[in-house]
Amino acid sequence: MTEQQRAGASGDVSLAGLSKHYGDFTAVRPMDLTIPAGSFFALLGASGCGKTTTLRMIAGLEQPSTGTVHIGDRDVTALPPYKRPVNTVFQNYALFPHLSVADNVGFGLRRRGVKDTAGQVKDMLDLVELGHLAKRKPTRLSGGQQQRVAVARALINTPQVLLLDEPLGALDLKLRRQMQLELKRIQTDVGITFVHVTHDQEEAMTMADTIAVMNGGRIEQLGSPVELYESPRTTFVANFLGQSNLVEARVTGRADGDLLLDAQGNRLVLPAARSAADGERLVMGIRPEKITIVHTSDAKVADGRNRLDGGVIVDAAFIGVSTQYVVRMPWGQEFTVFEQNMERDRRLVPGAGVLLHWNPEHGFGLESGDLTAGVAEASEDAA
Amino acid sequence: MSALGTLGTGTTGGVDTTDKASDEPARRGRWVPYALLAPGLLWLVVFFAVPMVVQGSTSLQTGNLTKGYDLTWHWAGYWDAIEQYHPQFLRSFGYAAAATVMCLVIGYPLAYAIAFKAGKWRGMWLVLVIAPFFTSFLVRTLAWKTILADNGIVVDVLNTLRFTDVTAFLGLTQDDRVLATPLAVICGLTYNFLPFMVLPLYACLERIDPRLHEAAGDLYASPRTTFVKVTFPLSLPGVVSGTLLTFIPASGDYVNAQWLGSPDTGMAGNVIQTQFLRVLDYPTAAALSFILMLLIVLMVTAYIRKAGTEDLV
Ligand SMILES: Nc1ncnc2c1ncn2[C@@H]1O[C@H](COP(=O)(O)OP(=O)(O)OP(=O)(O)O)[C@@H](O)[C@H]1O
Ligand SMILES: [Mg+2]
Repeated sequence: MTEQQRAGASGDVSLAGLSKHYGDFTAVRPMDLTIPAGSFFALLGASGCGKTTTLRMIAGLEQPSTGTVHIGDRDVTALPPYKRPVNTVFQNYALFPHLSVADNVGFGLRRRGVKDTAGQVKDMLDLVELGHLAKRKPTRLSGGQQQRVAVARALINTPQVLLLDEPLGALDLKLRRQMQLELKRIQTDVGITFVHVTHDQEEAMTMADTIAVMNGGRIEQLGSPVELYESPRTTFVANFLGQSNLVEARVTGRADGDLLLDAQGNRLVLPAARSAADGERLVMGIRPEKITIVHTSDAKVADGRNRLDGGVIVDAAFIGVSTQYVVRMPWGQEFTVFEQNMERDRRLVPGAGVLLHWNPEHGFGLESGDLTAGVAEASEDAA
Repeated sequence: MSALGTLGTGTTGGVDTTDKASDEPARRGRWVPYALLAPGLLWLVVFFAVPMVVQGSTSLQTGNLTKGYDLTWHWAGYWDAIEQYHPQFLRSFGYAAAATVMCLVIGYPLAYAIAFKAGKWRGMWLVLVIAPFFTSFLVRTLAWKTILADNGIVVDVLNTLRFTDVTAFLGLTQDDRVLATPLAVICGLTYNFLPFMVLPLYACLERIDPRLHEAAGDLYASPRTTFVKVTFPLSLPGVVSGTLLTFIPASGDYVNAQWLGSPDTGMAGNVIQTQFLRVLDYPTAAALSFILMLLIVLMVTAYIRKAGTEDLV
């Protein structure tokens, strides 16, 4: 353990130009990425975007088409999986059907010549709350129990890097939250580098220090959960991570570090620092909860706020803590607005005319592109 | 609803009317298992149970061909048979065991390669494994006479390599010949029963999820350890069925011993064949058959107990 912890201190995982082709199909495009030692790193993306493939290349289960994998200063690209200081929690569990739960969990320790594994195995099983099932065969466990055995089997080896491929997918919400906290606690305690693949954005945001959003075999954006959410840099990220209202706009001027925009005939302001685009045309985005919605008849909006007039509510869904409005704008686009239920304005019902306003600081600017990129994937995964 | 069905629901009394609809399919289905079993049961009775009784009675008869045989409960026939022919029984099981081991040694790597390495050529390899079955058992066995002929290439090579010295030392060959020795019989048995080993092994290996190999590799197991700790244990059911399917027919075989062996390599099957078809001593032949059967059943039972097929997933 001490040796591993020492190595873990310099155990950054660095991928350089790493890519994978299957025939003509490119599953992972050349990727440069450094995952700092001891961090909780999440790979987030829709199904089929290359998350598992990336993980398998780090584990050594897949030979990269190009590029290298380093763990610490060591180039492990050519090392077989069993010589890498890496363990994996497989997406499909891959538990050994002929071994009991306890023997599955102790497998890695025994391969490395640890004599007395019983104590460690027991502690590990207690940690994942499976102590009472130690003697069972994995085929007689529920999906969620199998998943926990898979986590325990990898975690017990305290590797430098733990790769988790959707390790909590089969768990119900309560158990999943509990395991998330548990994993996070273990990660902080032991200081193992976690690379956690998921397509649950909430899971990624609550657990990870750093999130990489993948799309079509490429990392679209990398950053802390707050960074990604508040300042997405592509339309895919803006739509995939949470929801966004995106509108195409033209830059008409600049003043005091602000961009003056014309969006469908409306004059909007966006701090230049919040824009990832540098051309004349860009996409302006605003998150639904940052927008204030008011009835047209009391159109008193403080100076310095962006405002869009002429909207009509087409749908209002009351969901307890908030109400979600869908507002049709004069140019036909629909905006989503989340309003906290503090003082509900009873006039805000479908058919009512409204105006939307928000603090310009909350907007973000994106390179123009497909406004709906990532929408379908995000809603599909949420379902 | 049938009369039986009504009788059955009688006890549930008042709720009868609502129950009927949902009960009916299950009730009607009761005889289905028996109907499905019927052809097989009939087959077993006609071709197994009845012959067994007939054979059992034959084995306890005395008399001769011209005067006819009478059931005299002559148990002594069994003891005489064992006393006189125990060398053949020992040889039967010895040769069959040797052939089974050879089949396993040759068949396991073959099945492994087909299951994990052959990729899209799997189908073709499997066809090749059973290809010998396209010709008759007898012809295949006779072909080995040519292969192992005294001045043939195979024997020349084996002599040059001094392999025959080793086998002669083990008592498997004699005087630099292979034909008409125990080795020839074992070779013939191995060759003829190899597919019975390969096919169940393949079926078992092929079912192993290759991701388990990845998981073992991920957990620090080298390819060798992965085989010892994961692949082989998971293939044990295939090993058990393969060895049984090889050993059982091999120990009852007489064709190989007759054509590739000599009078000194006779197996139980040869004795039974001679007693039945040439000496026409039916009681002895029947007793010998029973003894062979009983010994095989005992050995197989002990083996399965030991291998504990239940536990091997
Ligand atoms: N062995 C293979 N041969 C050909 N294509 C493959 C192979 N393995 C994966 N792919 C393809 O590569 C792409 C990426 O697959 P990968 O398993 O990495 O997706 P993923 O992001 O993990 O998706 P999910 O969230 O559904 O698990 C997919 O389009 C998949 O069809
Ligand atoms: Mg995957």
